[in-house]
Amino acid sequence: MAETVTSPAAAEAQVPRFPTPRSAECPYAPPRDLLALGDEKPLVKARTWDGSTPWLILGHAAQRAILSDPRVSVDEHLPGFPFPTKTMADTLEHRPLTIFNADGADHARFRRMMTAPFTRNRMERLRPAIQQITDQLIDDMLAGPNPADLVKALSLPLPSLMICEVLGVPYADHEFFQEHAEVATNTELTGEQSRASQEALGGYLAKLLMAKMQEPGDDVLTDFAERIKAKELELPDAVMLTMVLLIAGHETSANMITLGTAALLENPEALAQLQTNQDPQFIAGAVEEMLRYLTIAHLGQRRIALEDIEIEGETIKGGEGIVVPLGAGNWDPAAFPEPDRLDLTREAQHHHAFAWGVHQCLGQQLARIELQVVYGTLYRRIPTLRLAVGRDELKFRGDSLAYGVYELPVAW
Amino acid sequence: MKVVVDTEKCVAAGNCVAAAMDVFDQREEDGIVVLLNEHPPAELAADVRNAAAICPALAIRIED
Repeated sequence: MAETVTSPAAAEAQVPRFPTPRSAECPYAPPRDLLALGDEKPLVKARTWDGSTPWLILGHAAQRAILSDPRVSVDEHLPGFPFPTKTMADTLEHRPLTIFNADGADHARFRRMMTAPFTRNRMERLRPAIQQITDQLIDDMLAGPNPADLVKALSLPLPSLMICEVLGVPYADHEFFQEHAEVATNTELTGEQSRASQEALGGYLAKLLMAKMQEPGDDVLTDFAERIKAKELELPDAVMLTMVLLIAGHETSANMITLGTAALLENPEALAQLQTNQDPQFIAGAVEEMLRYLTIAHLGQRRIALEDIEIEGETIKGGEGIVVPLGAGNWDPAAFPEPDRLDLTREAQHHHAFAWGVHQCLGQQLARIELQVVYGTLYRRIPTLRLAVGRDELKFRGDSLAYGVYELPVAW
Repeated sequence: MKVVVDTEKCVAAGNCVAAAMDVFDQREEDGIVVLLNEHPPAELAADVRNAAAICPALAIRIED
């Protein structure tokens, strides 16, 4: 056995680390070290922040197998669960059961309460409103100072308006909850900061839910309020579900709009295709490729094995942690030839940008339509759009659950 | 072609509707899959296979 002849120090030196930073030259690509590991093996053990060595699942096929395996759990209370940060580990006791950390029947119960407002056809019916808001925001940006920050002008307000509409949260309060959504996706804050933010947002949402019991609307909060009345749902659970939707609805689409624009401005051929080709099929395909290429949910999905799992010649033992860096699967050349090429005409639908398995993103149809509208409109309406600063001045959100840039100064 | 859906496995991601809207729909109350056409015509076969391939819950089976 290799372990018996290798000295502990040498064995230690062979264990790769995770995560490693992205390169400054390729800030849109997954870290080179990660891709190099994936070139060697579809799964490998790696050392993380707390010294533990969970499995990294790198290959596209292996990610699919693991993320749809019922022997793989998201229960973060199980010993050995691989937390992404110390804060996440320290705040474990403050996190109630949600769709993120529930398995099986508990997960299905939560998920089925949340999926109705996000069906494909309901989202498709929002398309005209999304188009109208996008056009209005672009009009406002063009009428304002040049250069402008795309994050403030378009990337944040559009998904924010739409998720408020779906949930029934007054957009007038957007500054308040955008701030808390930002806190909630920042993994570097202390437990104290996260808790204070969560309490403020929770209190606000609880009040809204109570108000919906008196004055129902046609929205998610009303639906939750009715379930509370019918004793199908407790108020704290309803608050948590709403918080999840509000936060997820903000930061994700917003970063895809911002980071996508930054990436397209460096890929003039792809940009030109979006400016000239208005075929909805092409634009829908282009969005899938952008999702694949950027994979903004970049910290790695966290799982733990419930029993021994044989996969690709390795054995993941029961109780071992599992990390699935979705970007590695989305850049696996076996699934996407020449993965470093942004090819908007590529068949990319099988990407893992929304993850895979029963925990796949439930807002994905809203995200798709928002991105189809924005990518299909912004560059066509402002063909002279360009970065107003050097790319090396952009500040990338490496510490956030959703990768992106904090600001994107653009000129036209 | 015969399509079989598993409503217990389904997680309402909506990908099947996006891929083949004449064959799949979602229930109003929880987004779970509704099979509109168990025997889709040949011209929809590719879309239906794609729908099965991108279902994250592996809830669509095709029997030839």
